[in-house]
Amino acid sequence: MGSTFGAIGAGLAVIGAGIGIGMIGGKAVEGIARQPEASGDIRGAMILMAALVEGAALIAMILSIFMAK
Amino acid sequence: MKSTFKYTLLVCLLAGGRVFGSVSDTIAPVQPAATATPVNAQNHDEHAHDEHAEHSAADHDAAHGGAEAFDPASTAIHHISDANVYSILDLVRIPLPMILKSDNGWDFFMSSKFKPGHHEDGHQGYNSYVMHHGSVHRISDPSFPQGEVVIDTYSHAEEDFDGKKVQSIYAHSGGKSYKIDPRSTLDGGILGGGITSFTDFSITKNVASMIIVCLFVFYLLRKAATFYKKNPTSAPKGVAGFIEPIFVFLRDEVAIPFLGPEKYKKYFPMLLSIFFFILGLNLFGQVPFLGSVNVTGNISITLVLSLIVFIIVNINGNKDYWKHILWMPGVPTAVKPLLSVIEIASLFIKPLTLMLRLAGNISAGHVAILSFIGLIFVFGKSGTDMAGAGIGTVLAVPLTLFMMAIELLVAFLQAYVFTLLAASYIGAATEEHAHAEHH
Repeated sequence: MGSTFGAIGAGLAVIGAGIGIGMIGGKAVEGIARQPEASGDIRGAMILMAALVEGAALIAMILSIFMAK
Repeated sequence: MKSTFKYTLLVCLLAGGRVFGSVSDTIAPVQPAATATPVNAQNHDEHAHDEHAEHSAADHDAAHGGAEAFDPASTAIHHISDANVYSILDLVRIPLPMILKSDNGWDFFMSSKFKPGHHEDGHQGYNSYVMHHGSVHRISDPSFPQGEVVIDTYSHAEEDFDGKKVQSIYAHSGGKSYKIDPRSTLDGGILGGGITSFTDFSITKNVASMIIVCLFVFYLLRKAATFYKKNPTSAPKGVAGFIEPIFVFLRDEVAIPFLGPEKYKKYFPMLLSIFFFILGLNLFGQVPFLGSVNVTGNISITLVLSLIVFIIVNINGNKDYWKHILWMPGVPTAVKPLLSVIEIASLFIKPLTLMLRLAGNISAGHVAILSFIGLIFVFGKSGTDMAGAGIGTVLAVPLTLFMMAIELLVAFLQAYVFTLLAASYIGAATEEHAHAEHH
C-alpha cells in the first residue's frame, strides 16, 4: 500500500517538474529567437532555473522513495 | 567526418562493453554459491528451514538453486551501491583493505579473505565478518566461530520486528544458520536499515576510485600548469588545450558574474576543485570495464560536498546576508518573523537540494542504463529463452547507447550546475549592498 502511494507521489513530482522545465526551455528558446545576441545569458539563466525546479522535484521523489519503504 | 565516425565507433564499442559486462554478471548463476562445497545448494536451504522452525516467518527465499526470477530493480540497486570489493566483469575481483571496528576491537585485513564469488557473496567468513552482496556485515552471534569459516549460502527472510516487517539475512555455515547484522551506515542505522554492531572504515570501491580519480585529475592539472610555466606566451597544447576552455568558461560565465570581478579570485580555486572532482568522478563512473562506480551518485559523497559549500557560504556571509535572513529590512514588522522562518529553512534547503540533485541525477542515469540492459533478462527469462534474449539485446543496445550519450552530457551539466549554484550561493552571501535603504 505504502509503495503504491510512494510511486504515485514520485510520478506527480515528475509531472510538476516536467511542466516547469518545459516552460523554462520553451521560453528560453523564444527569448533566444527574439534576441540571438543574448543567447549566452539566457542559456545560463535557463540552466540555473531548471536546476532549481529539478531540486524541488528531487526532494519530492526522495520523500516518495522513503515513504515507499 | 572521419573523426566523427571514429568517435561513434568508440562509443559503440564502449556501450557494447557495458552490455557485455552486465550480461556476464547476471548470466553466471550456472556456478552458484555451492562451488565452495560439493553439496548442492538446495540441500542447504532444506537445512535452513529445519534450523529455523522456531522462526514463524521463516519463508526463506529458496532461490539460490538457480531458478531465480530476474528482478531488475534489485539488480540495479546492487550495481549502483558501494562495495568492499572492486569487481570488473565478474572476472577480476580486486581485494580492498578492510578497516573494521567492533566490540572485539579493530580488524585489518584484505577483502580477499572473504573469497567473494558470484553476486559478490563471500564464501568465507573471517573473525565474525562476512560479505554479502559486496558489502561487509558482522555476525554478532557469539557461537559463530572466529577465524576463517566456510560459508555455504546466504538466505533472506522477512520477519516481524516490533510489528514492522524487517528483511533479515542469514548466513549458513556448517549446517547451522546465523543472523547477519545490518551493514554499517553513516547514520549508524538510526534513519533506517537497523542498528548494527560494528563500524566500517574500509577503503571501499567508491573510496578507491575517488583516490584514483583525484590522483589522475591532479596529474592532468599539474601537467597543464607546467605547460603554462614553460610556455607562457604560446597557444595551449595537449592537456592545457583541454583544460583552458573549461577554465575560461567557468571564470567568465560562472565566477565573475556571480562573485564580482575582484572577489572571485578568493573562491575560484575552490569552485574549480569541486568542478573537476565531480566531472572526473562522473566520467569515471561511465567508463565500461572499470566497474562503473557510482561515486557522485552516492548520497554520502554529495553530502560532504554540499556541506563544504554550506560552511563556506555561511563563514563568508557578511552582515547584510545575516540581516536578510534574521530580520529582513524593508518589510512590515509583522511579516519579519515569518520571513526569517522561511529564510532559515531555505538556508538548509539550499545545500540539501545541492546534495540530492547530484546524487539523484547520477544514480538515475546508472539505473536507467542498468534497466535497459535488464530488458535482455526480462525478455530472455534469465537465459532460458534465447530468442527472447536476442530481441531484448536488439532493444537494449540502442537504448543503452542513447542513454550513455545523454549521460555524457549530464556528467558535464551536473558538474557545471553544482559549481554554478555554489557560486551563486557564495555570491548572494558576500554581495555588497550599496543601496540597502531601498529594501
